[in-house]
Amino acid sequence: MLAEDVDQQKSHISQCFQEYQKELDCRHDKHERLVKLSRDVTIESKRAIFLMQRSSGSNKSDEVLDQAWQKIKGIQQQKFLPMAKELHGEDPHQFLRAYSAGLQEYIEAVSFYHYLKSKTLVSLEQVQSDLTFTVQSDDTEPPQEKTIIVHVPPSEYMLGLADLTGELMRFAINSVGSGNLDCPNDVCAYLRRMLGGFESLGQVSREMNRKVYTLRQSLQKVEAACYTLQIRGSEIPKHMLKDVFRSVPGAESSYMEERDLDE
Amino acid sequence: MDAHESAERIAEVFADFQSYFSKEQDLREEIRSTVRELEQTAREIHAVLQKVHQKDGSENVVNVCKSTESHFETARKQFKELSAKIPENQYYRFNDHWKYALQKLSFLSALVTYLKTEKLVSREETAAMIGVKLRQAEGFHMDLDDYLIGLLQMASELSRLAVNSVTAGDFHRPMRIAKFVAELDAGFRLLNLKNDALRKRFDGLKYDLKKVEEVVYDLSIRGLKPVEGT
Repeated sequence: MLAEDVDQQKSHISQCFQEYQKELDCRHDKHERLVKLSRDVTIESKRAIFLMQRSSGSNKSDEVLDQAWQKIKGIQQQKFLPMAKELHGEDPHQFLRAYSAGLQEYIEAVSFYHYLKSKTLVSLEQVQSDLTFTVQSDDTEPPQEKTIIVHVPPSEYMLGLADLTGELMRFAINSVGSGNLDCPNDVCAYLRRMLGGFESLGQVSREMNRKVYTLRQSLQKVEAACYTLQIRGSEIPKHMLKDVFRSVPGAESSYMEERDLDE
Repeated sequence: MDAHESAERIAEVFADFQSYFSKEQDLREEIRSTVRELEQTAREIHAVLQKVHQKDGSENVVNVCKSTESHFETARKQFKELSAKIPENQYYRFNDHWKYALQKLSFLSALVTYLKTEKLVSREETAAMIGVKLRQAEGFHMDLDDYLIGLLQMASELSRLAVNSVTAGDFHRPMRIAKFVAELDAGFRLLNLKNDALRKRFDGLKYDLKKVEEVVYDLSIRGLKPVEGT
């Protein structure tokens, strides 16, 4: 090879790599922005959940629920809308890992809200339509409306629902303290159905298995609570029942703390 | 909503997911079987290219490269088959399955191109050789990462070739390989890599470079280094 050939090739290689550099940086930046948004979604969703947990104690629970709904709406508009803009025109699965944590936490919050509001399980279609936005497109003249979405894969939806069961367990235990003795039984029946559903799926993923295992434990705690209510409910003043649950086998393993410490 | 209705809703949600999930499993199964064939083809090409490490092969590089052409043809066909199975916009949902095969074929096309022309294969050429699209928007494409990992695999193969060329009595080739690998290294240094698979592979490049440099050193101190232009 002649000397100038070598030089030419050298510059060719570095030219190519400069292009690759741009492409990689661009993708990494997008990934980072999505991770940031996802983290914000996680934090805000957790706050909404805490707020809703408080609704069990207050007599103004409707008001609290409305507040929670405002919060959820806020997450949709302020976090998911920019996320949908980032994801527009991309393969939805390419960046899923970047925002999956936030999405699951959000689904947990939304499904918890719907449970408290109307005892229903929010559907995947409902979740997806909440995360579908219509915006003005700037690249066409005159500006047209276009739809952008944050895609919710069914597997993420299911994982979010598995998280919901943990919140329901806490809710059931807490609500006894405020004198609602029907709640544990309602939740118990609900959780049993959920567990039945998850058991029927078989091997989905390791993440799912881990969550179903936790679900089984949550259910046991609620069942133990129902049992205690049945046996001792008539003997003990209501406000003391909550303390009694702490001594119930299966319920003593810090049902309050474990879920929030690990995240 | 009463308990009965809510029970039905739950059953419905799980039944929907069950059917979604079993469809996905079926598709994965199909993808896996096509990818297995692709990996077989890649192994065959690799086996053919092993000949260049032997004395008679290194003198016949052109013929060795020619004999891989039919295999590349097969690979192109298999990629076409595979891409027909992937629903639109779901490349990344399944791409774990064929990532490895794609990297290996990208490596093989880079190696063949180097052996033939002593030049770095471009992304376009690689995509054309293995029958995938260049850009994501055009369909079943090759990720930039996979192409780059292919180049890194080629660098280790070339460092091996440098050693074996000396054994076979060819003292020119290691010089050219050393230059080429050094350029490749300079190129990779331009990239800002994240802590991922590509970065891990790139960390190995310095050892390949070191090995070729040692070969060049051994040749020069023994006065075996060929004079430019001979």
